[in-house]
Amino acid sequence: MKRVRIDSTVIVLGILILALIVGAILVATVGRNFFSAGNIRDILTGMSVLGLVAIGQTLVVLGASLDLSVTYVISLSSLLAATIMNGNPGNIPAAVLVTLLVCAGIGLVNGLIVTVLKVNGFIATLGVGLILQGILNTNFEGSAGNVPWEFQLIGATGVGPIPVSTIIMIALAVVVWFLLNRTRTGAHLYAVGGDPDIARLSGVRTRPPLIAAHVLCSVFAGLAGLLLASRLGVGSPTVGQQGGYALLSIAAVVLGGTLLLGGRGSIWGAIGGVAILAVVDSVMSVMQVNPFLKDVVRGVVIVAAVAVYSRRAIVRRRPRFGPGGTRTGGDDATKAAEPEMAAAASELADTSTPAEGGRA
Amino acid sequence: MTAAVDTQAVLEVSGIRKSFFGVEVLTGIDFDVRPGEVHGLVGENGAGKSTLMKIIAGVQPADEGTVRYRGAEVHHTHPRQAMDDGIVTVFQEFTLLPERTVAQNVYLGREPRRGGFVDRRAMVTRTAELLADLGVSFIDPQARVGSLTVAEQQIVEIVKALSFDARVISMDEPTAALSDREVELLYAIIRRLTSRGVAVIYVSHRLKEIFDLCDRITILKDGALVSTDATADLTTDELVRRMVGRSIQSYFPDAVEGTAVGEPRLELEGCGNAFVDEVSLTLRAGEIVGIAGLQGSGRTELVEGIFGIDPFARGSMRVDGAPARITSARAAVRAGLALVSEDRKAQGLALGQSVLDNSLLVIRSVFSARTSPSRREVPGVLSSLEISSRGLDQEVRFLSGGNQQKVVLAKWLLTQPQIVLFDEPTRGIDVGAKYAVYQLMRDLAAQGKAVLMVSSELPEVIGMSDRILVMHDGELVAELPAGSAEHEILGAATGAIPPHDETTDGGAR
Repeated sequence: MKRVRIDSTVIVLGILILALIVGAILVATVGRNFFSAGNIRDILTGMSVLGLVAIGQTLVVLGASLDLSVTYVISLSSLLAATIMNGNPGNIPAAVLVTLLVCAGIGLVNGLIVTVLKVNGFIATLGVGLILQGILNTNFEGSAGNVPWEFQLIGATGVGPIPVSTIIMIALAVVVWFLLNRTRTGAHLYAVGGDPDIARLSGVRTRPPLIAAHVLCSVFAGLAGLLLASRLGVGSPTVGQQGGYALLSIAAVVLGGTLLLGGRGSIWGAIGGVAILAVVDSVMSVMQVNPFLKDVVRGVVIVAAVAVYSRRAIVRRRPRFGPGGTRTGGDDATKAAEPEMAAAASELADTSTPAEGGRA
Repeated sequence: MTAAVDTQAVLEVSGIRKSFFGVEVLTGIDFDVRPGEVHGLVGENGAGKSTLMKIIAGVQPADEGTVRYRGAEVHHTHPRQAMDDGIVTVFQEFTLLPERTVAQNVYLGREPRRGGFVDRRAMVTRTAELLADLGVSFIDPQARVGSLTVAEQQIVEIVKALSFDARVISMDEPTAALSDREVELLYAIIRRLTSRGVAVIYVSHRLKEIFDLCDRITILKDGALVSTDATADLTTDELVRRMVGRSIQSYFPDAVEGTAVGEPRLELEGCGNAFVDEVSLTLRAGEIVGIAGLQGSGRTELVEGIFGIDPFARGSMRVDGAPARITSARAAVRAGLALVSEDRKAQGLALGQSVLDNSLLVIRSVFSARTSPSRREVPGVLSSLEISSRGLDQEVRFLSGGNQQKVVLAKWLLTQPQIVLFDEPTRGIDVGAKYAVYQLMRDLAAQGKAVLMVSSELPEVIGMSDRILVMHDGELVAELPAGSAEHEILGAATGAIPPHDETTDGGAR
C-alpha cells in the first residue's frame, strides 16, 4: 500500500557518490590522493561561496521565480564591506550589518517587482542586476577598501580539514531547511511555487512568501560577498561576475532536483548539486585539465543530470504489461485502493441508512 | 411544492446579478439550501452555475443581490473568508498540490503551529481523524497527493472542505473523473455529511446522480432561474426539457437513414503496449463501436495505442485491409485517423490561440500543403458545428466547454479522417453540445467512416454504439451487442463475469 517514490535528494546523493568514486579513481591514476586533507579542504572551500548563493537561489526557485542579480549583489556586498571596514577591526559589526541590510533592501525591491508589478522574475532580476552593475561601474574603478586580518580569518581558518566558511554555510542550510519544513512561510512558499491559484484559493497570501524568498536570496548573496571579501582582503566590483554565480547557482539548484517551475525541491538537493560541481572542478584542477575543457565538462554534467530528471518526470502512468505482454503488477495504486474503496463504500452505506431516515 | 418547509435555509441568495464585460451572465437568481439537504444545480454549460458557485464561494463578488448565511447578510471578498465561515467549495479543477502530502494540502494556509513552528504531528493526526471520520482511513495523510488516484484526490478535496468545519459544501462536477464504484463511495460520503446536518450544493451534468442524490433541484438556463422543485416532482424528461427546451427522446439521435456497415476499416490483432494487451478488434465502415470500462481499465491507453502515442509493441494493425505500422500521432493522422482526446484543455487545444489557429492546428502541422484550401473551409465547418464564438480570432480559452469541444471536432473534421477515435467526447460539456457530438458521430458513420468511442457514461455507450466492447484491467474482456443492459456491461467491466477463456486474469482476483 505504501507507494514508494525515490526522492530526488537521494538521486543527487547517488550522483555525488558516483562523482566521488569516479573522481577518486581518476585522481589516483595520476598518482594523487583524492581524499587527502588538503584536497578535501579545497573542495569544501570551493563549495562554501556557491553553496551560500545556491541556498538563497533554492528559495527563489521553489517560489517559481529566479534571481539573476545575485552576481552583482555579491560584488556590491564585497565592496561595501571592505570599504566600511577600511582595515579597522572595530568596524566589522557595522560593516556586516550595513552590507546585509543593503542586500536585504535589494531583495525587497526584487520581491516587490516580481509580486506587485508582476514582472517575471527572470526579467525583474536581470533589470535590477543591470542597475547594480551600472552603479558599481560608475563608482568603483577597481578593488577598493581593506579587510582587517580578523575578518580574513573567517575565510582562512578551519576545524581540521573543514573550513569555517563551510561550517557557516551548512549551519545556514539547516536554518533554511527548518524554515522550509517547519514554518508556515516555508509551506506557503512551496504552495505559491506549485500553483499560485491553488494557494490563493486556500487562503494563502501569495506575496509575502515570495518576497521573503527574494529578500533571503539577496541576503545569502550578500553573505557570499562577505566571504569573498574575507578571502581576497579587498572588495572587488567584478568578483561576482568572475564567478558566474547567478547561472551557476541556478544550475546547482536544478542539478539538486529542484523543479525550475517551482513547488518541488529541497535545500539538501541544492547543496548536493553544489558538491557535485565542486568535486568535478577539483578533479579537473588536480588533473590539470585545460581550463576551457573544464567548462565543457561542467556543462555536460548539468545537462546530463537534468535530462535524467526530466526522463523521470515524463513517466505519467505505470506500465501494466512488460515487453512481450507479461503482466507487471500494473497500476498498483488503483488496484490496491479498489477493494478498500469498495469496503468503505458498503460500510458507509450501511451506517448512513438509519441516519437518512431521520432526515427531513 | 417544496419539501421540508419547516427547516430554515442555512444559505440563501436572492436577486443575484453578475455581468462580465457588459454581458449579463446571471440575471437575478434566487437560490437557497437547507441543513442536511442535497440541492442539485443543473443547467447547460454557460447557464451560470459556475458563476453562481463562485459568488457563493467568495471568489467573485455579485454586482447586485444579497447572500444571507445563517440569517445574516455576508460579503465575502475572498474564498478564505467564506471557508472560515463554513462555506466551502470543491471546485471542478482540483485545488491540490501534487508535490505536497495529503496533510500539507488539507491544512494549506492554516497549518497548525506550536511555538511558532508548524506542528507536523498534529497536522497528520487531525487529517487522519478526518479521513477516518469519513470511513476512508486507507488514505495515508503523509502520502504525496500526486501518488493518489483521482478518486482518492477527490476525497482529499472533500476532507479539506470538512477541515473547515463546513456547514455548506458546494461540489462542482465531483464525479467527472470517477468510475462508478468510486461514485458510490462519494454518494456514501455525501449521505454521511447530510446526516450530520451539512448542506450540500451539487452541480453535475450526470442527471442520474442528480436524481439519486438530490432532495431539491434548481434549474438554470442562460443565466436565469427556471425552477426549483423537489426531486420527487421532476422526471428526467421534464428536467432535460427545462434545461434545453428539448425532450430526452432526442437525446441520442438515431442512425442516419441509409447508413450501411461495410468493409473493415481498422483491424487490430493481438495488439499490446505497456498498458494494454491482447487487443483484437475490427472496426467497420459505417459503424460506431463503444468502449466501456472502469476508470484506469486501459480505455484511453487503447485509443492512444491505436493513434501511435504509445505505439503497440506487439500484434498487427491493418487500416483498410493494408498492414499499417503507426508509431507516432503524425503517422496516425497521415493514415486517416483522428483522436478527439479525453482532456481537451491539455491535449486538444492551444488555449491561448484563436479559434482559427486551433482549427488549422493539425492541417498546418501534418498537411501543410493543404493549409489554404482548408483555411477556406473553416467558416463552413465551424458553422455546421454551430460554434458560437465572437469570431475566428477569439482565443479558445474564452469559449465554454461545449464550444471548445466543437473546435476540437472542427480541427479533426478538416483533416477528413476515415477512422475517428473519440475519448470521452462529452465530458464536461452541456446537453446541447453533447447532442451535436452524437449527431456528428452518426453523420460520420453515414459517410462510411468508422467511429470508435470511449466513454465512462454507460447510457451514452448504450445509446450510441452498434457494438459495445468492454475493457477490464488492460484487456478487452467482452463484446456485447447494441442496446445491452447496464448491468451486463458493468459485470464485465468489474470482472464479475469471468473474461472469455483467458486465464491471465484469474490469479489477480
